[in-house]
Amino acid sequence: MASVKMPQLGESITEGTISKWLKKPGDQVKKYEGLVEIITDKVNAEVPAPLSGVLKEIKVKEGATVTVGTEIAVIEETAAAAPSGPKSQPAPQAAPPIAAPAPAEESVTEGQAGGSTEGRTRLSPAVRALIEEHRISDAELSRIEGSGIGGRISKKDIEEFVAKRAQPAAANGEQRQQVSPSTAAAPSPGTTVPLSPMRRAIASNMLKSKQTIPHAWTVAEVDMTNVVRFRQKVKDSFKQREGIDLTYVPIMVKAVVEGLKAVPILNASWSDQGVVLHKDINVGVAVSVDDGLIVPVIHQADGMSIAGLAKATDDLAKRARAGKLGIPDVQGATFTVNNPGTFGTILSYSIIAPPQAGILAMDAIVKRPVVIEGDAIAVRSMMNLCLSFDHRVLDGVSAARFLQGVRRWLEGFSEQVPLY
Amino acid sequence: MAVKTVIEAIRDGMDEEMARDESVFLIGEDVGNRGGVFLASDGLYKKYGELRVIDSPLAESCIVGVAIGAAVNGMRPIAEIQFADFIAPAMNQIIEEAARFSYRTAGDFNLPMVIRAPWGGGVHGALYHSQSIEAMFAHVPGLKVVAPGTPADAKGLLKAAIRDPDPVLYLEHKRTYRLVKGEVPEGDGVVPIGKADVKREGTDLSLIAYGLMLTYCLEVAEKLAADGISAEVLDLRTIRPIDRAAIIATARKTGKVLVVHEDTPFAGVAAEVMAIIMENAFDALDAPVMRLTGPDVPAMPFNHVLEEAFMPNPEKILAKARELAAV
Repeated sequence: MASVKMPQLGESITEGTISKWLKKPGDQVKKYEGLVEIITDKVNAEVPAPLSGVLKEIKVKEGATVTVGTEIAVIEETAAAAPSGPKSQPAPQAAPPIAAPAPAEESVTEGQAGGSTEGRTRLSPAVRALIEEHRISDAELSRIEGSGIGGRISKKDIEEFVAKRAQPAAANGEQRQQVSPSTAAAPSPGTTVPLSPMRRAIASNMLKSKQTIPHAWTVAEVDMTNVVRFRQKVKDSFKQREGIDLTYVPIMVKAVVEGLKAVPILNASWSDQGVVLHKDINVGVAVSVDDGLIVPVIHQADGMSIAGLAKATDDLAKRARAGKLGIPDVQGATFTVNNPGTFGTILSYSIIAPPQAGILAMDAIVKRPVVIEGDAIAVRSMMNLCLSFDHRVLDGVSAARFLQGVRRWLEGFSEQVPLY
Repeated sequence: MAVKTVIEAIRDGMDEEMARDESVFLIGEDVGNRGGVFLASDGLYKKYGELRVIDSPLAESCIVGVAIGAAVNGMRPIAEIQFADFIAPAMNQIIEEAARFSYRTAGDFNLPMVIRAPWGGGVHGALYHSQSIEAMFAHVPGLKVVAPGTPADAKGLLKAAIRDPDPVLYLEHKRTYRLVKGEVPEGDGVVPIGKADVKREGTDLSLIAYGLMLTYCLEVAEKLAADGISAEVLDLRTIRPIDRAAIIATARKTGKVLVVHEDTPFAGVAAEVMAIIMENAFDALDAPVMRLTGPDVPAMPFNHVLEEAFMPNPEKILAKARELAAV
């Protein structure tokens, strides 16, 4: 008998939801054959069987969410099929630890541990538990007079408060009912859209980011005329040759790579031990899908040509929309590029995806009259580049230098820049 | 039910077990005609004769060694060490042989034997008649260590120890012998080894103790009640195997715990109790776990003032309990 456990499918992932069992109890399974589909942070992953045998028992039903390491199924090994190698190997060869320094994640949770009432007075574990249990608000807590040394609120103080709080409710039940109609002022109830696993994952990531990363934001204006002209010129032949569209995204990713090479502090992660500078430049590209957003990753983008980036981007976007991304496809980004400009936005304040240090939004490319060299006014294709960055990791000067690098690369674009 | 002293309860316990089971016998210094220095075996020599109440030479290693030999041959010996302070010469027999006999024979042999030892201070006994030895022996896997504090528990635990298949170190506090009186149930009244006992229910804080300190803690709980502080008193009774569940339960109930013993503090029983609480009930604590123990000095002095300074007493416990209540 070997147990199949919920695999650790990524650095910040602590739990997974069983989306679909691909085998029934009693079914024969082969090693590496798909056993179960799991939804985690943004992707559906197919977890292969760790060994050949018969699926004896499914321990976690479809739809249930369990923490990493929880036993989800039991496979009975068939003697003949016994493979070499370790039996209880966790299902997928969990994504390579590309970037993602775990310490940053840990320090994040530590930072959140302190409650809002912490500053006022020290609370014992027992008192904390009672506050939770009886849902005592900060306002109520501030009214409790501590009888302990230095005014500490003791367990007994809380118990007495709870007893007192309960009394008027019991005595004035009638009054309470009279008060309740005031809730009629509230808006009439709408419908509640249930939270998909992806919605939850996005919510928790965004919340964590905003609570732990001090975001700073800066914008640069870029003259994209050269890029636009170049693209106009080559896009048809490119499509003919490669079978895919040449969009602005791979060109922007290339520009970002150049910018990050010049300012490596932005290709980094915060940790309490120090700022981790990443060796590879792995660029995440935000892709909107039906029920949310996925950020697949172009790994080692610094080793790719524009054509290579175009192919990678196209492949990832198609697979993202088809729900066919694998775990490694969404892991290990060291920086993210977001392209809201396709929807006409002009200024975007993006939220950083931890543990990255920055995210760059490309806003709409619009033709505008611009004063150019020689004080002439010309019609140019202009675009805003909006950068959100982790101010713990770097300061405005570095951020501006990065934007300047990206801008210069884009503005200096010519036919001499190799596509391949 | 009759009211008895601790020493009477111990004597009754031995008497009843010797009458019930012919394999039970007593061996020790002056236990025969003299009836023991504390008269624990008074009258047993006349009743059961010299073959079942044996005066030993002045050699603790011999007393325990003979008991081990008899036990392995199917007898149920009670080996009396006249004062716990003199148990050191028998340590080799107890730790190296008795404690691991079952283990090293893979359970083929058990040693159903009891080692009785009067312990503790507060009797003007000075260096060699006042020691607490429980922590040293409680550290040894394979040994059971009990330390009753009331007549009923003294009798009930002695019976359980005699009937137990493995070696039990039975500690009887000298000061409680004639000081502590209490009702003892008629009949067997066996008290299981490994079960602590809540001797007084309370809600605000817990006092955990054993032996003489139990009596002191009950006194203190009474005084605390007058101040409006409700103290629970948990009597460990058995030191090893310790009743983890009872310790955790009282800590969870009150959130404040004071552990009291007269033994020195370093690596002592209180330290173990505190560790159990921290590992299992931290989330329920309302104050740091506290202990009140004898000081970390080599032995109990003879000088009465210094002896008083050494021994925890109700006043000291009360002060410490008030400190805990106020946190």
